[in-house]
Amino acid sequence: MTDRALVVVRAGALTTVQDRGRPGHAHLGVPRSGALDGPAAALVNRLVGNPPGAAVLETTLDGCALRPRAPVTIAVGGAPCPVRVDGRPVAWAAPVRVPADALLEVGAPTRGVRGYVAVSGGIAVEPVLGSRSTDLLSGLGPPALTNGTVLPLGRPGAPHARVDVAPQPAPPAELILRVTVGPRDDWFTPAALRVLTTRAYRVSPAANRIGLRTEGPVLERAVGGELPSEGMVLGAVQVPPDGRPVVFLADHPTTGGYPVIAVVHPSDLPAAAQAAPGTPIRFVRMSDRAGR
Amino acid sequence: MRALRVGADALLVEVASGEEARALHAELLRRRAEGALTVRELVPAARTVLLDGLRDPARLAAELAAAEVPPAPPPSGAAVEIPVRYDGPDLADVAALWGVTPTAAAGIHADTEFTVAFCGFAPGFGYLTGLPERYDVPRRATPRTAVPAGSVALAGPYTGVYPTASPGGWQLIGRTDAVLWDHARVPAALLSPGTRVRFVAVGPS
Repeated sequence: MTDRALVVVRAGALTTVQDRGRPGHAHLGVPRSGALDGPAAALVNRLVGNPPGAAVLETTLDGCALRPRAPVTIAVGGAPCPVRVDGRPVAWAAPVRVPADALLEVGAPTRGVRGYVAVSGGIAVEPVLGSRSTDLLSGLGPPALTNGTVLPLGRPGAPHARVDVAPQPAPPAELILRVTVGPRDDWFTPAALRVLTTRAYRVSPAANRIGLRTEGPVLERAVGGELPSEGMVLGAVQVPPDGRPVVFLADHPTTGGYPVIAVVHPSDLPAAAQAAPGTPIRFVRMSDRAGR
Repeated sequence: MRALRVGADALLVEVASGEEARALHAELLRRRAEGALTVRELVPAARTVLLDGLRDPARLAAELAAAEVPPAPPPSGAAVEIPVRYDGPDLADVAALWGVTPTAAAGIHADTEFTVAFCGFAPGFGYLTGLPERYDVPRRATPRTAVPAGSVALAGPYTGVYPTASPGGWQLIGRTDAVLWDHARVPAALLSPGTRVRFVAVGPS
């Protein structure tokens, strides 16, 4: 008897279930969450014939290993990495048939950070507020995978795509983040804004799904004291008291009390998901008109 | 009222007080319900309302600058009652700050009608206002690394209840068994912006 489920043989450093997240609940303190590299998640879904919002696995830095209990089609995308089925190399960024009880190994990325594994039918854990995403900030959705976790799979829909390999953007050697200034740029010195948009920053090893923490020159405040808590958006560049900017990613808090000096354009955030610690960052100022 | 641009498709509208933020939030909810406003997120906070996912933020900013916002309608619906054992580790400190006995401090808190001004920090965590300004308290100088779920706590002008165990710097005055967040329940959050709340003192268990 076949059983549409996936056994997690090796969970890796951090592997979570992600879909397009749960927007619309920020007023209740619920982060939007969802795949950090949304285009990569949508692509692997398309390769296996899933709708773009089906739940996939998001791996971090060292992949994972899985054993489906039924024959499935899988596709691995995002950060490039070796993929093996029962020890034999198979294609990356392409649909691959995996027999029941075979071992699928998603290796450590050769570049980039996050891998995406789509399985035909999608990961069918119970949705919370309309999403199956793991939210690391508030603990909604399924917990991060551990060895031995068994994940239910949905019923496969459309046939998988007929491609040998699907092109994807390479992980960035330098992360360019276009920003619109504000809403709290007036809490900083004019020099701070110049520093942000002209000096070199690097991705900190402390970066995670909540925020891309940075290393680099400190941004100086012009206004002291505390800002009353206010709503925060995806891509907000928040500056905590240590002066080092943090770019808010999918699991960011919905309100916060540190001033936001600028906001990163949403189309630049998928690359941020793939920028390894140490990657140089340049914040580039957009004209207000271009920001719309 | 000042509308600040936030990235490509959001606005942060700043007002002078928490009461004005409540009124603006109510007005924006009314417009959304009427179909006059399309917005993905509407997030009230201490003195702002964030509108995220707008099609034409510049036009809305101009429109809001000229808008008259009616006062917030009085909160409707029955108050949510939260039973509390007033035995928190910081109750004596809070009572000292207020210049009253711990029993009297518990009485002041339980006699107050609160309103959820906004949410955040964790799903189900509401920032409740209602205590007069003279009862504002500072956060603890050193945050606790572990605050138990259900802790009823004070900081600045706000009262809140920790939905889950977490670190925290608020002053803990009591404890409740009320479930603040349950995603199997509809609605999942016991408290949402605008909800009226009363704390009801219960004896030690």
